[in-house]
Amino acid sequence: MFEKIALFFLSLLGSRFKVTVGLFALTVVAVVSVAGFRGSATRRTPIELFPDMDRQPKLRPQTASAFAAFADGRSSRTVPVGTVAQRRGFSENAYWEDNAFNTGKDNGAFVEVGPLPVTAEFLARGQQRFNIYCQPCHGAQADGNGGITKKLGMSTVANLMDPRIIKMNDGEIFNTITHGKATMMGYATQVPPEDRWAIIAYVRALQLSRLGFEADVPAPELAKLKK
Amino acid sequence: MPQIFPKWANQLAPKLGLLAVLVGTVAMAGVTYYLTPKYTRVGYQPKQPVAFSHKIHNEQLGIDCRYCHNNVDGSWFSNIPAASTCMNCHSLILKDDPKLALVRESFATGKPIPWVQIHKVPDYVYFNHSVHVNRGISCVHCHGEINQMDEVQHAKPLSMSFCLDCHRAPDQKIRPVDLVTQLDWKGQVDGKQLVHDWKVQPGQSCSTCHR
Ligand code: HEC
Ligand code: HEC
Ligand code: HEC
Ligand code: HEC
Ligand code: HEC
Ligand code: HEC
Repeated sequence: MFEKIALFFLSLLGSRFKVTVGLFALTVVAVVSVAGFRGSATRRTPIELFPDMDRQPKLRPQTASAFAAFADGRSSRTVPVGTVAQRRGFSENAYWEDNAFNTGKDNGAFVEVGPLPVTAEFLARGQQRFNIYCQPCHGAQADGNGGITKKLGMSTVANLMDPRIIKMNDGEIFNTITHGKATMMGYATQVPPEDRWAIIAYVRALQLSRLGFEADVPAPELAKLKK
Repeated sequence: MPQIFPKWANQLAPKLGLLAVLVGTVAMAGVTYYLTPKYTRVGYQPKQPVAFSHKIHNEQLGIDCRYCHNNVDGSWFSNIPAASTCMNCHSLILKDDPKLALVRESFATGKPIPWVQIHKVPDYVYFNHSVHVNRGISCVHCHGEINQMDEVQHAKPLSMSFCLDCHRAPDQKIRPVDLVTQLDWKGQVDGKQLVHDWKVQPGQSCSTCHR
């Protein structure tokens, strides 16, 4: 149908016009063959048509900076030694690293239990964070059977159900998360202190669920489980 | 009186008109097709300095996005992980593999790995990851199926109309917050209910995104 109309129009026209239209069609084909289609993979940096104020001289995180005072040439600064990042809405952490909340230590000794109150919300947060940061190696049950351990060359992963770790002070586990231990590296940059305490609370809950006695479960809950 | 215009000139005006319409239409089509972010950005896949694969790490090994992009739910900025994050595993796994030479060097010297940034809104746009991620908007809506990519590719246009389409109808995209990093989640949820219960009101006024 469309072709017929086009042909009818073309038949009206002289040969010079046909050449013009032909050349035009050729240009379109050439453009399409060079420019390709939407969404095809390309290594070319996207063009910015009107670079109005697209890229301003302000610094973005994780980019290079020519500012003379930043000797390492990075826009993101590293945390000065011994200090603690301040987060809005979180009053527990003092300005300096040196307290039980930030180190797990009180006067040089590991604290026995974490400083934050354990609530259902806190445990849920701990579960979520555990599944993000610890589960790949330690496994969802914390038994040392995470997805990447056995087959892929992480043979030393610890079983957190081990009596040694059950008996360990919260503070020492906190220290392991912060600084790592032997072949496990530290998670201080990825997991902020309050999440470390939440993870520990959750690990304790997992240990209890494995090692608790029937008498520990309240009667109504037990009835539900027995069903 | 002699004729000023030869006979063929009678057809000149309709011919030129036709040509103008033709050229105009095609040029308009070309501009809309080629000069919008749907063409200029989508498909951008720069060569990265290390052959890091999201498909292996996320899909096969099951590592959550937040293990590496750990600021995504706490700040506006979703960080690219430091070499030390890779070394958590690669100090033991593939520890002499040449593919990871740059990561080891960066870890030892502190010199950053020169990853090429792919997604970039203009600097006059205010964007914030945590407001979206903590309101049940999954990465997949703005970044595509990263979990299937061996090399990250720009999958969505991230143009102003793209943002607004969702801000006008968030119930189409919203999901429970703990599923935002499950990019392949295909379940059903009552979006209208969630939008109502959480009082989700994405701004549509200019100052939401241009401040
Ligand atoms: C990349 C894999 C990996 C991840 C992720 C990981 N760990 Fe470990 N973890 C290990 C390995 C390996 C060991 C054994 C270290 C050794 O003894 O050489 C270990 C040991 C431990 C120990 C026992 C330390 C001791 O005193 O012997 C604890 C406690 C622990 N991890 C807690 C955690 C917690 C909590 C997380 C999440 C924040 C976590 N780990 C994430 C690999 C990992
Ligand atoms: C093991 C660490 C790791 C995990 C897990 C991970 N990423 Fe990445 N991601 C990276 C690295 C490294 C880069 C930079 C190199 C690249 O672009 O491939 C990156 C790049 C990206 C980019 C492109 C950034 C840019 O420059 O615009 C996006 C988007 C992204 N990741 C999303 C995700 C999503 C969504 C997930 C979860 C499904 C995820 N990532 C999981 C390490 C990770
Ligand atoms: C939680 C552990 C873990 C983390 C964190 C991790 N990787 Fe891996 N990576 C692995 C495992 C396991 C393999 C091996 C997969 C296999 O052998 O199939 C691997 C494989 C690789 C490979 C080889 C892929 C191939 O084609 O064979 C590269 C390159 C790589 N990782 C880069 C990185 C970079 C860069 C980072 C940091 C952004 C990183 N990895 C973070 C566990 C990890
Ligand atoms: C509502 C849309 C949206 C959602 C949802 C979203 N992103 Fe993004 N992402 C963007 C935009 C826009 C940019 C570019 C930001 C900029 O230019 O500053 C970006 C940039 C990034 C970058 C690159 C940052 C850089 O500057 O190098 C990474 C990595 C990333 N996103 C990861 C994620 C992950 C992981 C998730 C899910 C947990 C996610 N994003 C969810 C829109 C989104
Ligand atoms: C898939 C849906 C979706 C897309 C795409 C999306 N947004 Fe949003 N946006 C939301 C939702 C939902 C909220 C949360 C509204 C709330 O909390 O009430 C939000 C909130 C915001 C806010 C915070 C508003 C405030 O009141 O503080 C900004 C800024 C924003 N979006 C910018 C953007 C930009 C820029 C883009 C495009 C790059 C974008 N959004 C794309 C769904 C989306
Ligand atoms: C949901 C977020 C959002 C809202 C609301 C929004 N914008 Fe935008 N705007 C964007 C984004 C993202 C871009 C960048 C588009 C791109 O780079 O492709 C943009 C770009 C622009 C541009 C520059 C276009 C160019 O190419 O130079 C103008 C002008 C603009 N917006 C005006 C407005 C006005 C006026 C309003 C209010 C009616 C508004 N915007 C509301 C997200 C938003």
